[in-house]
Amino acid sequence: MSSPEQWTHPEPGAGPAATAAEPTPEQVIAGLRATTEGGADLTQLLTPEGERVASARFDPYVTDIDAEALRNLYRDMVLVRRADRESNAMQRQGQLGIWVPLLGQEAAQIGSGRALRPSDMAFPSYREHGVAWTRGVDFRELIGIFRCSDHGGWDFQHHGFHPYTIVIGNQVLNATGYAMGQKFEGKVGDDNGEATIVYFGDGATSQGDVHEGFVWSAVYDAPVVFFCQNNQWAISEPTERQSRLPLYQRARGYGFPGIRVDGNDVLACLAVTRWALDECRHGNGPVLIEAFTYRMDAHTTTDDPTRYRLSDELEEWKLKDPIERVRAHLARGGGADQEFFDKIDAEADSFAAELRDFVFNMPDPPPERIFENVYAEPSPVLEAQRREYLSYLEGFAGSEH
Amino acid sequence: MAAPVKSKVDGAAGAVQNLTIGKAINLALRSAMEADDKVIILGEDVGKLGGVFRITDGLQKDFGEQRVLDTPLAESGIIGTAVGLAVRGFRPVCEIQFEGFIFPGFDQIVSQVAKLHYRTQGRVKVPIVIRVPFGGGIGAVEHHSESPESLFAHVAGLKVVSCSNAVDAYWMTRQAIESDDPVLLFEPKRLYHSGNLRTEVDTTAKPDPLHVSRVVRPGDAATLVAYGPSVKVCLDAATAAQEEGTSLEVIDLRTLSPLDLNPVFESVRRTGRLIAVSEAPSESSLTSEIAMRVQQECFYSLEAPVLRVTGFDTPYPPAKLEEDYLPDLDRVLHTVDRSLAW
Ligand SMILES: Cc1ncc(C[n+]2csc(CCOP(=O)(O)OP(=O)(O)O)c2C)c(N)n1
Repeated sequence: MSSPEQWTHPEPGAGPAATAAEPTPEQVIAGLRATTEGGADLTQLLTPEGERVASARFDPYVTDIDAEALRNLYRDMVLVRRADRESNAMQRQGQLGIWVPLLGQEAAQIGSGRALRPSDMAFPSYREHGVAWTRGVDFRELIGIFRCSDHGGWDFQHHGFHPYTIVIGNQVLNATGYAMGQKFEGKVGDDNGEATIVYFGDGATSQGDVHEGFVWSAVYDAPVVFFCQNNQWAISEPTERQSRLPLYQRARGYGFPGIRVDGNDVLACLAVTRWALDECRHGNGPVLIEAFTYRMDAHTTTDDPTRYRLSDELEEWKLKDPIERVRAHLARGGGADQEFFDKIDAEADSFAAELRDFVFNMPDPPPERIFENVYAEPSPVLEAQRREYLSYLEGFAGSEH
Repeated sequence: MAAPVKSKVDGAAGAVQNLTIGKAINLALRSAMEADDKVIILGEDVGKLGGVFRITDGLQKDFGEQRVLDTPLAESGIIGTAVGLAVRGFRPVCEIQFEGFIFPGFDQIVSQVAKLHYRTQGRVKVPIVIRVPFGGGIGAVEHHSESPESLFAHVAGLKVVSCSNAVDAYWMTRQAIESDDPVLLFEPKRLYHSGNLRTEVDTTAKPDPLHVSRVVRPGDAATLVAYGPSVKVCLDAATAAQEEGTSLEVIDLRTLSPLDLNPVFESVRRTGRLIAVSEAPSESSLTSEIAMRVQQECFYSLEAPVLRVTGFDTPYPPAKLEEDYLPDLDRVLHTVDRSLAW
């Protein structure tokens, strides 16, 4: 295990005896969701203007990210954003039952997802479409969930990407158990070690399951990276409705390191997640990462953020757009020219058009699907229900039903 | 012995309003909060947003953040702290966002809410209301369309009720808050905003007691019993059957625990036939209990076995298949035909 001295966050305030130099509770709360910056401890490698910030600690984790690799990260983010916007529009047109937008969270998802190796396992919640992309899960495999024609059926082992989890926090314990398994099977300890990453939101940090996941992972030294996307809101509730302390600082209480990264900086997310996974591979896990970001759209297409969110806040975060800063950096440093950006835009257009075609032509599942896969072994009761229901339907054959 | 509690359920002066189920619950919460400042609301997004279904709309604005609490995102927390608040003399009304998210709070409900009164020989009262939007038909993703009410009806110490119209929505909410026992109120979410179900709600009229079932449509050929969203399905089926000359009696169960089956027994003694309708899976459910008790009480009156129209014994399917899963008018009428043909 890494020693507490190596942990990145400052000592938390000493309660009632706190000195004047320490932040007031109001300041601490402000630090939970400061709209202009994530606070002094924010790890950043690319400023919103696209300037590269040197970091002695994290630069070594991105030495391989040359202009071409950065162009690839840019492409990832543009394609994922376009698919997200297309899906949002398709929901509005009645083609999807609901959509859960990721707008604004592309860097957190692409940066962390691209840090993973094939042998690693990712446990998403329900907004991780960008991470899914990095794991090779086709948008067409995801979209059935939102068209309400299936619950998600990708091959999770093949992709190293667990099924989506909608019940807040459940997956954190599941990931912890998976990581314990990696450890018990001796798959950690060196450079080739395996690791697990689990995604959840700021709201989720209030759930018992998440606390239990922190406790268990610490007790069993599980190789799990807790990746909290703090997008500032849990539907209508701001982060201060969940915590008095910046979320990354909570890790100390459980006995492992916590770090806050600029969630709109793809390079920093990549570097910090690589570092955290590396800790896990070598048996030094768990690690908590708080990616400080912002949900630029509604919680879901059924939500109305105008009821609770300030438009100022939205305007401020637009200036920190995760895609624009990579674009600015590439353009400024000559890493990409207009032709490249146009090419990616064209690719995104056709990607979105293909997705749209796919969704519009998606067949509805047959009724017998209801009865499939309830159990791994056949159930006579269900078999009878299936038979009875299908023969009932046959009774309507030829009528308008 | 505790002094008898004076009823606060007397309604606001002379008010008859035309309300949807959702608006009726909102009005009931408002009146209860006005009547008793110990009534507080706890839940996720219940404040500024007014809840994801807007049932608590405007309440935080008028009663403040200490009476309408946007809680941290934790159901065990919502229910567990409600227990403590109740012990302290408050009357907490918990909102669970969707029925599928009640399970992180299940432990608190089963272990504390249901048992505290018993365990303390009546010294601790647990006047908590847990409001649970439930049922399908809204085209949602997983965990947003389930019918877990039987799980709670099975737990001794809990009272469980379900409304199917605006009058009951209003009064059940008020009476549940008034009750010194914990009450789970299962609300038919797909009917919350249904304009067709707008009804005149007289907040001064004397309501039916909370724990009685009610015949909502008289008939003599067969009896349909349902609760929550399925009541409307049964009423529609009865209307359709009437056009073909079959007269069906429909009973709204209203109270799921304790069950009031007396109106059902009386009805079955007349019609000789019973069809129980519910969206929940059938195995080990409320409909199982109804069938068992009816065969015990009405054995010699039955002309056909008790039949059921329910969800299947599967997890709730993807919403594209919910029309197949949910009891609908056709399945109800088909089952009526089977009963009549016996
Ligand atoms: C146990 C549980 N309770 C309530 C919900 C309803 N719900 C869905 S998302 C959400 C807010 C989640 O916020 P956060 O954890 O910050 O993640 P975000 O959606 O912002 O990414 C809530 C309350 C749920 N899915 N699961």
